[in-house]
Amino acid sequence: MYNKGTIIPGLAIFVLIVTSPLWLNAFMTGSTVPKVELPQGGEKQCVASATEMRANHMQLLNEWRDDVLRDGNRVTVMVDGKVYRKGLQMACMECHTNKEKFCDSCHEYASVKPYCWDCHLTPELAATKKETH
Amino acid sequence: MKYAFSFLAVIALVLIAWLGSQIPGMPYLFGVALPYLALMIFLGGFVYRVVHWAKSPVPFSIQTTCGQGKSLDFIKQDRLEAPNTTAEVVARMFLEIVCFRSLFRNTKSEIHDGPHITYESSKWLWVFALIFHYSFLVIVLRHLRLFLDPVPACVGWVEFIDGLFQIGAPTWYMTDIGLLAGCALLFGRRLITRHVRFISLVNDYFPLVLIFAIAITGILMRYFLRTDIDIVNIKQLTVGLVTFSPVIGAKIGAIFYIHVFLVCVLLAYFPFSKLMHMGGVFMSPTRNMKNNTRAVRHVNPWNPRILPHSYAGYEDEFREYMVENGIPVEKELPPKKDEE
Repeated sequence: MYNKGTIIPGLAIFVLIVTSPLWLNAFMTGSTVPKVELPQGGEKQCVASATEMRANHMQLLNEWRDDVLRDGNRVTVMVDGKVYRKGLQMACMECHTNKEKFCDSCHEYASVKPYCWDCHLTPELAATKKETH
Repeated sequence: MKYAFSFLAVIALVLIAWLGSQIPGMPYLFGVALPYLALMIFLGGFVYRVVHWAKSPVPFSIQTTCGQGKSLDFIKQDRLEAPNTTAEVVARMFLEIVCFRSLFRNTKSEIHDGPHITYESSKWLWVFALIFHYSFLVIVLRHLRLFLDPVPACVGWVEFIDGLFQIGAPTWYMTDIGLLAGCALLFGRRLITRHVRFISLVNDYFPLVLIFAIAITGILMRYFLRTDIDIVNIKQLTVGLVTFSPVIGAKIGAIFYIHVFLVCVLLAYFPFSKLMHMGGVFMSPTRNMKNNTRAVRHVNPWNPRILPHSYAGYEDEFREYMVENGIPVEKELPPKKDEE
């Protein structure tokens, strides 16, 4: 083998880079797989089933956002006899009041950074701002 | 037919993963066993190929130059095109790897009336290659969010910049489009340019179709076929893979297994294909040698070891026979001792 002095270190660096998730995870304390906090009020019913919400909630929220803000369509949604207003704060966070335990636990685990909170407020934060309405 | 075969092969692979992952128990094969196997083949094969290349001697100093080599002081050297020192070689290699400078020089030859031949600059290959490779690199870096826990901030920055346009939910990434476009453009180039089409083989088309299919399945999984695609559940599996404790918590949609299986095929195929240009670009003697043949003698490493043999040594070796045959010698034979 020729040029051992450069090729062997080069290969070692390559293998280290490819296997870097192994080493990085070994030196980092991993978090436990998050479990979302169910509504404190004990509500069982949502606009869709839990599996569907887990998979598609972001698309539903995006559709609602487009309906309400871009098309001015604030027609309420009726699911199983219950009426929901279209909105993150007006519908979802009525039951799922705790952003940190409901939204952020999974989003942080999966490094998802939705831009909902550029405009929206958590219920606690909204309560402190009531005066300005 | 060469490209039709590539499509058929990829469709067959998709079907294998799709139907296979539906059999009870098989998710562990497609989600755990095959990824480990593919990564071992990838690493082992990659190292094997590079070591194999490193064992081949370079008999001549064969760097390609396209500029003025180092000469007299008043002649300006083209330091990047005819590098004379290690630093210049490193700079040239760096630009080759990062900017694909040799593709930038791609020309298109055409015969016109006369007849005379013209060479026109053709930058398409360079542009398509840049789109393709950088999109792929960013996509690989972005996937680290599935394998690292906690996710380092820099992975988040890459995701943020990639999804800067904030179109749709989940946010569309620029590189998703870039990778699809890059594959399609490079594939189209092979079909449309006649002389490139003539020299294209199945092993040129197949990786492009395979990577295209990987990108398509990834996009379908992220935006369209979201049934049973729960990112927390998937990350539990992927982090499990890199911490050697993989578990499949809940049912994962078939599109995930198709995506993973195609990636496994790509990894396992990589060391035995032209994709090895990833390692080969570093090993190319036409790029990584110095253009200093006038200053430093390049010795062919497979030359036999021939020691200098002077006339005096030659005569020492054969003097007896020379004298015997009446050939004049510079130094006579030592006087013979009396035979007793």
